[in-house]
Amino acid sequence: MSSETLTGNTLVDLSDIAAGSPVAAAMEGRANIIALSGTTEEAVLKPQETGAWSHDVRAALAARIAALNGETALADRYCALIADAGIADLADPLSSGKGQGLETVCDFMDKVAVQTRDVDARDIRSLQEAGISDADIVRLCEINAFMAYQVRVLAGIRLMKEGRA
Amino acid sequence: MSDVIRKFTRTVPDWRPRVAPIRLEDATPEQLEALQVTPSNTKISAYVLTLAHDVETLKVRSPLFNGIMYDKGGLSREERELGALAASMVNHCIYCAAVHAGRHAQIAKDTSVTDELFAKGTKAELSPRDRAIFDFAHALSQTPSEASAEQMSALRDAGLDEAEILDLILSASLFGWANRLMHVLGDPVRKGGA
Repeated sequence: MSSETLTGNTLVDLSDIAAGSPVAAAMEGRANIIALSGTTEEAVLKPQETGAWSHDVRAALAARIAALNGETALADRYCALIADAGIADLADPLSSGKGQGLETVCDFMDKVAVQTRDVDARDIRSLQEAGISDADIVRLCEINAFMAYQVRVLAGIRLMKEGRA
Repeated sequence: MSDVIRKFTRTVPDWRPRVAPIRLEDATPEQLEALQVTPSNTKISAYVLTLAHDVETLKVRSPLFNGIMYDKGGLSREERELGALAASMVNHCIYCAAVHAGRHAQIAKDTSVTDELFAKGTKAELSPRDRAIFDFAHALSQTPSEASAEQMSALRDAGLDEAEILDLILSASLFGWANRLMHVLGDPVRKGGA
């Protein structure tokens, strides 16, 4: 398992805001939140206690959700964290996860990411019936939930920047 | 189950987890420590006890959440609540929508905006500034985001400055996160039921 930490701050790196611009000033005004977002990314993607989901699986699922949201650069950044080639194709939303025995997990993650409003008790039950522990279900939800935040902050900042160009 | 609430309301429901929350008596020292950093530490909610399964995330999530919703400057608290509410309406998170519609009404000392939103959804009649805020947050909460350059211009035309716009992005995005925990891991149920 890889032990390196994520380099830099993802929101800062991918937003690529010109220094001295009004958007940069707004980001600086919320520097604490941008930094805490990075800390949370670390906790979600590289926790010490991984449960059933290794750092590689987490990076792949995060990349998958980034891809489902059309955030290609973010997906690439997370794919680069995956050390095990046998895990890498999970990052592709077209991959079912069958090869890794994670079909139910991928179905769940895709639905939570894209059709959030339609998720119901049966979706949790199907994970439990697949032998996934409650703690590991919470871990999956946190990965998904954090990614929902991350992709939208990036999309929003991009619009701020473009509108001013 | 019949006690599950499916319509938007400002009456905050109970939340019934779909997984077993941790039991305080079984909590690890790290979990106990993390549970103390949540705002109310006298009676710990089933929701927080559920999230304690992933203690490393829980620990860092509370300061981030509080910073986005309550830090000084930038967008008014009322308008941050509107961003949170728009996300919760897109994701149909009844619990989050109730809490944040309630806070909006409380801060605004006025229930008309949230009444209107719950009655008419995206067709609600809103002030130009609330309209721009709600529409942007609603679009940003789609997957993928449908927020547009036109909607960004509408925010600026409505008088939002850059700091306010960033705060709106953060609050709506934060509820993309919160909804995927609250709405996915449990059911909103009538208080005192079950």
